[in-house]
Amino acid sequence: MKVRRMLPALGVATVLAALMFPLYWMVISSFTPDARLFAAPTLVPRALVLDHYRALFGGREFWTPIRNSLIVAGATTGLSVGLGALCAYALARLQFRGKTVTLAFVLAVSMFPQISIVSPLYLLLRELGLINTYPGLVLPYLTFAMPLTIWLLVGFFRQLPAELEEAALMDGAGRLRSLWEIMLPLAWPGLATTAILTFLYCWNEFLFALSFTLGPERYTVPVAIALFRGQYQVPWGEILAAAVVATAPVAAIVLVAQRRIVAGLTAGAVKG
Amino acid sequence: MASITLEHVEKVYPNGHVAVRDLNLAIRHGELLALVGPSGSGKSTVLRLIAGLERPTAGRILIDDDDITAVPPERRDLAMVFQSYALYPHKTVGENLAFGLSVRRVAAAEIRDRVQQAAVTLGIEPLLDRKPAQLSGGQRQRVALGRAIVREPRAFLLDEPLSNLDPLLRVETRTELALLHRRLGATMVHVTHDQEEAMTLGARVAVMREGRLEQVGTPLEIFQRPANVFVATFLGSPAMNVWRCNCTRRGAVTRVACAGLAFDLEGTRNPQLDQEAVLVGVRPHDISLASPGDADAVGRVEVIEPLGATTVIHVRIDRASSRAVRIVVPADRALAVDDEVAIRIRRDRVYLFDERTGMAITPP
Repeated sequence: MKVRRMLPALGVATVLAALMFPLYWMVISSFTPDARLFAAPTLVPRALVLDHYRALFGGREFWTPIRNSLIVAGATTGLSVGLGALCAYALARLQFRGKTVTLAFVLAVSMFPQISIVSPLYLLLRELGLINTYPGLVLPYLTFAMPLTIWLLVGFFRQLPAELEEAALMDGAGRLRSLWEIMLPLAWPGLATTAILTFLYCWNEFLFALSFTLGPERYTVPVAIALFRGQYQVPWGEILAAAVVATAPVAAIVLVAQRRIVAGLTAGAVKG
Repeated sequence: MASITLEHVEKVYPNGHVAVRDLNLAIRHGELLALVGPSGSGKSTVLRLIAGLERPTAGRILIDDDDITAVPPERRDLAMVFQSYALYPHKTVGENLAFGLSVRRVAAAEIRDRVQQAAVTLGIEPLLDRKPAQLSGGQRQRVALGRAIVREPRAFLLDEPLSNLDPLLRVETRTELALLHRRLGATMVHVTHDQEEAMTLGARVAVMREGRLEQVGTPLEIFQRPANVFVATFLGSPAMNVWRCNCTRRGAVTRVACAGLAFDLEGTRNPQLDQEAVLVGVRPHDISLASPGDADAVGRVEVIEPLGATTVIHVRIDRASSRAVRIVVPADRALAVDDEVAIRIRRDRVYLFDERTGMAITPP
């Protein structure tokens, strides 16, 4: 009887351990001196040093890719939520021809495998002179961020009672005014969720960032990390330290906002 | 304040559902018109058409003499009170009241004054800093009303504003609404499914059914001279008894007869009828218990519903017929289920309707 009750807990613990172990290993290794990295591995480290972090921010100027990532992810998030909110509101509330088709099309755009549009995008950006610039990353990111934003926010807006908006209209507020003063404040949890998800997506994006940047002054965090490896050696310690630095803000955001994200992802699925 | 006119207004939804058909209605300047009908009769749609939240598929809507059919709701200067109140949940009561004014760029000082004044009028002054979630149903209802009156709109549109209140509060608020209307002298359209609310509030009552306007008139006009069987049974509580009777002409008088019940139309408003059959309607208040000698029918008491001041009894006249006759009797009348009673119908209160169309048969 007791064993039977313990079994599920045991299962959960196993899965959790399997999931957490790589993270744990990453953090531990990033604090382990190079000399010990390839010695017989132990679960509990004997010495922790900050060497790798020093090298990261001293020698490699890891601040630059962090800044790049923040700018690109931030700008994409801002634009995508700002424009996406307007699009989503229109799709959720206004009556116009081809609404369903538009929504389906928006979704279809995000279905293309990224790799299939890298080359055309590259040519396009080159013609526009946007290779190795911030807009050169923000614009392609929007093609993926906007559908996500629009779909999430359409769900949120549909969920809000239509009468509130009608009340605003009767009060004399136009569409934009009622969107700004009534709908957006009420859709705030949805906007936050969408912003977080978009930010995470951009922060982690690798393929476009690798393809459309040319030098370290524009590398984003994932690209910078990938390019750490030299011809003759792979600086594992620094790579892992960088991975920790790249993961920390993501983990922090998710931990703080996890309830909101789950609520946001399932919003509109059921009422109440 | 303004008059509102609907001319040949029709609303057909894209799915083919006809919500309103060929509706003509003139709401007078400063009048409280009660729009009443069962659910699905199109009364709320009419209100939304006036508000501009729906566009008519045909016809015109005028405020005073301006055709506003194509004017969007935010520029019609009408106020609406929603059934759900639709208060802005993230704004305080004061901000809810002020929103309509700040949208219109009224000066801040004037907004404060007018919000204060409206709050005093409705007795919601102490609530101004609260959020809607912290209010009771009755308080929310007042705030919704306040949001409407603070703007001093051209007309008020009320969509079942009392239906979410408990019965006691509803009657109380009904009285306040009547007083408020008198004080403001505003044009109001009050939609309700409650015939009692419509009768007590409306200077005039418009009865709707299946998207059609069945009758418009003062409460007493409609009560005393219903245009058809639907209006007759919809207004008045308990509802009018209606029987389908056969007619036989006997000299100058027509005799009507249906299961267990037969009487001459002598003394009624239409003593002579040429139809073969007719719908006979009598309100429960117009049937009394009588001595067997001058009774129109005899039956057994089936159900007794004491209302306090009066008692409604259901009398089954003929065992074969499925319907019982509803009668209002004085409360002190001692009766028990299965008692045999004799009933008499007041001849001058007998209503006759065409058997096929249901339209009232008016005296020649």
